[in-house]
Amino acid sequence: MPLIQMQELNKKYNSGKVSVEALKDINVDVEENEFIAIVGPSGSGKSTLMNIMGCLDAPSSGDYILDGAKVSDLKPNRLADIRNRKIGFVFQNFNLLPYASAYENVELPLIFGGIGPKRRKSRVMELLDRVGLADRAEHKPTELSGGEMQRVAIARALANNPAIILADEPTGNLDSVAGGSIMEIFHELHRDGATLIVITHDRQIANNIPRVIKLKDGLVVDSL
Amino acid sequence: MKIFLFFSQFYRDLKGQKLRTALTTFGILWGTASIVLLLGFSNGMKSSQKKAQHGMGEAIVIIWGGTMSMPYEGNPKGRRIHLHAEDVELLKSQIPEIKYASPENTNWSTTVSYRNEVYVGQVTGSNAEFGVMRNLIPQRGGRYISPKDLEEKRRVAFIGFELKEELFGEEDAVGKTILINQVPFTVIGVMIDKDQNSSYSGRDKTKTFIPYSTFRSMFSRRYLNNIVVKPVVASESEYMRTRINQVLARKYKYNPEDDEALWEWDTTQNDEFFDQLFLGMNVFLGIVGFFTLIVGGIGVSNIMNAVVEERTKEIGIKMALGARASFILTQLLAETLLITFIGGVLGIIFSGVIMKAFPVFELEEYVGTPAISTDIAIFAALLLGIIGFISGFFPARRASKLNPVEALRL
Repeated sequence: MPLIQMQELNKKYNSGKVSVEALKDINVDVEENEFIAIVGPSGSGKSTLMNIMGCLDAPSSGDYILDGAKVSDLKPNRLADIRNRKIGFVFQNFNLLPYASAYENVELPLIFGGIGPKRRKSRVMELLDRVGLADRAEHKPTELSGGEMQRVAIARALANNPAIILADEPTGNLDSVAGGSIMEIFHELHRDGATLIVITHDRQIANNIPRVIKLKDGLVVDSL
Repeated sequence: MKIFLFFSQFYRDLKGQKLRTALTTFGILWGTASIVLLLGFSNGMKSSQKKAQHGMGEAIVIIWGGTMSMPYEGNPKGRRIHLHAEDVELLKSQIPEIKYASPENTNWSTTVSYRNEVYVGQVTGSNAEFGVMRNLIPQRGGRYISPKDLEEKRRVAFIGFELKEELFGEEDAVGKTILINQVPFTVIGVMIDKDQNSSYSGRDKTKTFIPYSTFRSMFSRRYLNNIVVKPVVASESEYMRTRINQVLARKYKYNPEDDEALWEWDTTQNDEFFDQLFLGMNVFLGIVGFFTLIVGGIGVSNIMNAVVEERTKEIGIKMALGARASFILTQLLAETLLITFIGGVLGIIFSGVIMKAFPVFELEEYVGTPAISTDIAIFAALLLGIIGFISGFFPARRASKLNPVEALRL
């Protein structure tokens, strides 16, 4: 059974009298340990699709099945738990808490997941070590470079061993060197068995990713 | 750890929003302090007024002879009614509702002297029960007039504390001989200092009290100035007065319905008046304080709304990382309650400091010593808790209901 099943997924936005169809009849399956790039012009519905996959937004109609659970039926608390345990987010603008250190940022999903302090500590250090930032644990986001911030965000996304990692333009705010090292980490994670979905504008990045889904005007126009 | 997280974030807010947090805390502080201080001062004033009022005696009735306003059994309107010493025993024997009763006669402009010191003042004749009724409490080593003094017409005197100062200064008075209109009397007691804000024949502090029997043989009076009675139960004073009127009306042949035949002063009515006056005052001050607190509460609510707006992104991030709505709600609520709590505690401390510092102004004689009663403290604490909860709950709930996508987009 696929890790993710999307069946006849629609998303409409109603702003006043005008209703915009952001996604139209999406049918996509994602298997475990797939590495997928979602590409398409802006306004094509990439982010909307990612938000629905990440349980941050609900589809207007259709079914979204994640790891066997029909997400559209779930209550807010169950959705929060799914976001916490099964999904790891990486955002274009990092979305780190500005007042918290790298350590505290990585710790957050573990706190929300109810992990005890001792296990949290070793887990946070292990994660920071994995993204090569063990020596930056006490630094605030403002004291880190863009690439370092995004690596903290990746460590945070990995905290609870999620079933899937969703990254929305993870290199969009980075220079090519920093962006390259972020993609290197994603490829490593893929080799280690992770399932990843990345939105990108960058053709070169997409070319290195095994499967590419192309969206246009809310429709899947090309799925390899 | 969750608690720590709340506090670390609260601390960040405090730092980030110094002015607004300070103003909000101050609003709560001010509200609490006004409730506690207003009611505290009102209570202090009430108890000092009551104490001073009871300086004359607690729940006593003073009766004077009056003038008939209705003709009765052949006696015309306008006839004077005079009270006699025997009436005291008559009333006591007929009316079981009376606990104490005493005749009272006063002689004004009487010369009282000790060695070279001379004072011209009032001398009062009474029985032993008068001292208890009128709160004439002897200082250590002294006593008031006893039944034996009355029986043997002893020449003994109980003097007010100010008169003692005038005549004796620092010297001990008990056992010494003073002259009342040149007749020697032995001082048996000195009254303790007391506050007295009401009287019918001058303040007790400068008076000389002697046994009624001695007074009568010395000043030869046919009638009493007045009788002082105290009911067994204060609340039955009205019934007791009706009975007194019935008994004396029969003896002096006037209409018991005639309310000018006797003049009465029932101090239990003063107490009622005072209780109502201060109840009214407390209600008024309570309302003033209540609204001040509400204003503080609106401030807290305002800061929480602003906090939610500013932190929408942060809330969105936390939701994306899997924080449950209840976590976010609890955190914001805890912050409000903490602001309210700190403001409240500071307000109570502030009130305490004011009250402690109050004696510096030497106004206690007029407004009494302010006191925080447990009632007031509980009232203020409850009100604060409710305000904190209400003003924190709604913004927090709004925050926790945010759609994660919308929150993140900001």
